[in-house]
Amino acid sequence: MRVAENLNAALHELMAAERNLYLLGEDVADPYGGAFKITRGLSTRFPGRVMSTPISESAITGVAAGLALSGDAAIVEIMFGDFATLAFDQLLNFAAKSVSMYGSRVPMRMVVRCPVGGGRGYGPTHSQSLQKHFVGIPGLALYEMSPFHDNLAVLTEMLAREEPCVLFEDKVLYTRPMHAVPEPFSLAVENGVARAFLDERPDCVVVAPGGSAPMVLAAMRSLLLEEEIVCTLVVPSRLYPFDVELPDARRVFVVEESTAGGTWGAEVAHQIHQRHWGRLAGPVTLVHSADSVIPTAAHLEESVLVSERTVHRVIMETLRG
Amino acid sequence: MIDADLSRMLVIRAFERTLLDLYGRGLVNGTTHTCLGQEYVPVAMEGLLDPADHVFSNHRGHGHYLARFDDPEGLLAEIMGREGAVCAGVGGSQHIRRDRYLSTGVQGESLPVAAGVALHLKRAEPGRLACAYIGDGTFGEGAVYEALNLAALWALPLLVVVENNGIAQSTPTDKHLAGTIAGRAAAFGLPHELVEGADVDDIRARLAPLVSGVRAGRPAVVEFVTHRLGPHSKGDDTRPAHAVGVDWRDKYASPRLDRLEAAAVSRIEAVAADVIARPLSRWEAR
Ligand SMILES: Cc1ncc(C[n+]2csc(CCOP(=O)(O)OP(=O)(O)O)c2C)c(N)n1
Repeated sequence: MRVAENLNAALHELMAAERNLYLLGEDVADPYGGAFKITRGLSTRFPGRVMSTPISESAITGVAAGLALSGDAAIVEIMFGDFATLAFDQLLNFAAKSVSMYGSRVPMRMVVRCPVGGGRGYGPTHSQSLQKHFVGIPGLALYEMSPFHDNLAVLTEMLAREEPCVLFEDKVLYTRPMHAVPEPFSLAVENGVARAFLDERPDCVVVAPGGSAPMVLAAMRSLLLEEEIVCTLVVPSRLYPFDVELPDARRVFVVEESTAGGTWGAEVAHQIHQRHWGRLAGPVTLVHSADSVIPTAAHLEESVLVSERTVHRVIMETLRG
Repeated sequence: MIDADLSRMLVIRAFERTLLDLYGRGLVNGTTHTCLGQEYVPVAMEGLLDPADHVFSNHRGHGHYLARFDDPEGLLAEIMGREGAVCAGVGGSQHIRRDRYLSTGVQGESLPVAAGVALHLKRAEPGRLACAYIGDGTFGEGAVYEALNLAALWALPLLVVVENNGIAQSTPTDKHLAGTIAGRAAAFGLPHELVEGADVDDIRARLAPLVSGVRAGRPAVVEFVTHRLGPHSKGDDTRPAHAVGVDWRDKYASPRLDRLEAAAVSRIEAVAADVIARPLSRWEAR
């Protein structure tokens, strides 16, 4: 099963299971079924609760907050995560705040889905990975879709938090198979954290969100075959708050597609330093895209985005000194 | 309609068709939004604009660009990331800047910016205007109303050209827009003109007084009732064929049109062959 099918099936199950759940977004209704076809079949099956909206990211996120405030639940699809900036005020200053700013806890069951990432030549305003801009907001939890986490479990967990959540979905994952790791790695998922590993003790641990996982795995494979470097990949479903028990290793890398500066990885690195400073051989190494807009042309986009080659090179150079 | 105008419309059409064909053959990367069916809108408007006026375009902007610059080479090179690209291949189809022309891919974002440029023009270059193209769907964005309000309050030389093609991506206008665009203009006390035909001479004659008013600080909204003949981007049209709308080309079918069209098609074929053979663009300014 492909990741997109898994996500679509999860939305179907959630909508069927909960009669007070709404799904709102631009062009999500059938027969179009959303820009990335993730909402296919939902408006036909759940009329009145799955609705195509005007091009009004701020308003639909506010509407979701209103539904949540009334005891319903809502999932909002932002067509391209880049436009979540238009919903930022509703998320930061209303939805997330409301959970605690009225002195007693107000449950807010809402999820904002954001397709993110580049590599498809969509250009500077349709290719970004904006996770970092949402880090550190009290009452807002951040998740990222991965090929290793069943989307029904992830979405169920998000709604159960009773606080607004953002689900980042790397567009390149949609067509990937679920649960696939290349030979000879094994996969285990525990407490929302996926691990791809070999039986021997790793030379390093790589932390990556779901969107970057396939690229990191490819790099791990070439590092193993060409350099005999053994890596363990750790993929948390929840990016923030970050709370992951890392396997014991002296070197840690955080890989993500975000462009440089104030990254999610910097937050993760800080936490790892606090917890594991004593056992590390050096500070956590951050691997991400360049400090740049994301160009449209394929050859230029390639020169900006983090790649398998970069991951391979940085890990090798760091370990070999 | 004079040959030059009809010819420009047909060049835009040939460009868009060629582009969809190149995408279909996997020769172009990324995505695009063609203006098939709407070619006459910017051709009519450019006849009323001065090169010193500013134009703000959107995701469906190839016609806006070609009507202003007649530069299919530069535009195709931009879309394909080849040498001679207008913006080095960084912006691509929907992020282009050249002289006083600029496009962006986020709906509604350009209107407040156009108002800012209009504020500048009002003082620095009286008589010049900022013209912003938006679609009907973009009236969903709050920024549109914030800009209309400012433009009206401050009497800015802002001309909003709405290409109402009856649909936004997959959503028909009656499913995304309550009331009317005319009513929305009226709410801010702005003049609104509805344009239904595709005859560029008629359109210009009708709009000339309104555009003069904009230059004198009376912002206005022009609404073209038009038709998107192609998909929203590529291969994503879920409308039944009969719901697509009428093609202006049918109305002007004639031996003259055939002759001009043949010339337009061969020109664009040559442009495509030239651009495909060029080396990749280089980007120095990161
Ligand atoms: C803020 C924002 N939201 C969503 C989109 C995705 N999008 C691109 S074009 C489009 C439809 C625009 O419809 P309309 O304004 O009617 O113009 P048309 O495509 O019909 O020319 C949408 C939803 C976007 N580019 N920007």
